Amino acid sequence: MIAVFWAAYVMLGAGALLTLVRLARGPSLLDRVVATDVLLVIISAGLAVYAALQRDPTVVPVLVVVSLLAFVGSVSVARYIGGMLLTSGGDGQDVGLPLADEERIARGAEEERR
Amino acid sequence: MSDVDSVRDVVAVVLLLAGAFLCLTAGLGLVRFHDVLTRMHAGTKPQVLGILLIMIGGAIRLEGWSATWMLLLVAVFQMLTAPVSAHMISRVAYRRRHVRRDLLLVDELRTGEAADRLYRGDEPADAPPEEPATALEESRRDEGTLPPA
Repeated sequence: MIAVFWAAYVMLGAGALLTLVRLARGPSLLDRVVATDVLLVIISAGLAVYAALQRDPTVVPVLVVVSLLAFVGSVSVARYIGGMLLTSGGDGQDVGLPLADEERIARGAEEERR
Repeated sequence: MSDVDSVRDVVAVVLLLAGAFLCLTAGLGLVRFHDVLTRMHAGTKPQVLGILLIMIGGAIRLEGWSATWMLLLVAVFQMLTAPVSAHMISRVAYRRRHVRRDLLLVDELRTGEAADRLYRGDEPADAPPEEPATALEESRRDEGTLPPA
């Protein structure tokens, strides 16, 4: 059964590492918010898997705290980014922050097609 | 302590493995997908189904009602908060144009080209105008869709 335990931990760890890759690469703040949200969920899942596999209920209260923190963090950062939306007239594109990476890529592809 | 001996334990371990696999798929989706909305789609898999599976597995493995109630609390809380935060993040993502609109099949939030600036959105700290009719008329005059008075 040790192999099964290792499989669970390896899958959780690989998921967390890939989430960290997305957290580091961005490209936008919202991608990082989504990545931190998923990372906290994976951390709480890992704690729950540990508690279940070792039959150790002492870490269970930590789960409640982590899931609360994930919600408060992602919602507050989303509100914060929403507050940065300053419509500068015209086309409704906000000012003060760089162009979204996805839009830049799409525009670049459009330029190449021409 | 970490022995697996009965059918109950086998069921619990299978549920835990399924939840861990959903966490792995979330990581893969976050890396492979190409904009915020699709990444959110991948990231919500462990947030709801994965956490539920792992909580059920943990409740089977851990004896005692106190742990079971706390795991149930976590599961209910996740199911309450995941739609709220997903809604807020996706709304901001759409407004800040982090969405690849060229890949969308249906874009129901797209407003017409002649949308007035006054009622474009409900951004935070955006108060409705005190006299809506005159404010709307003025904004249309500013944009040139109405001739100046």
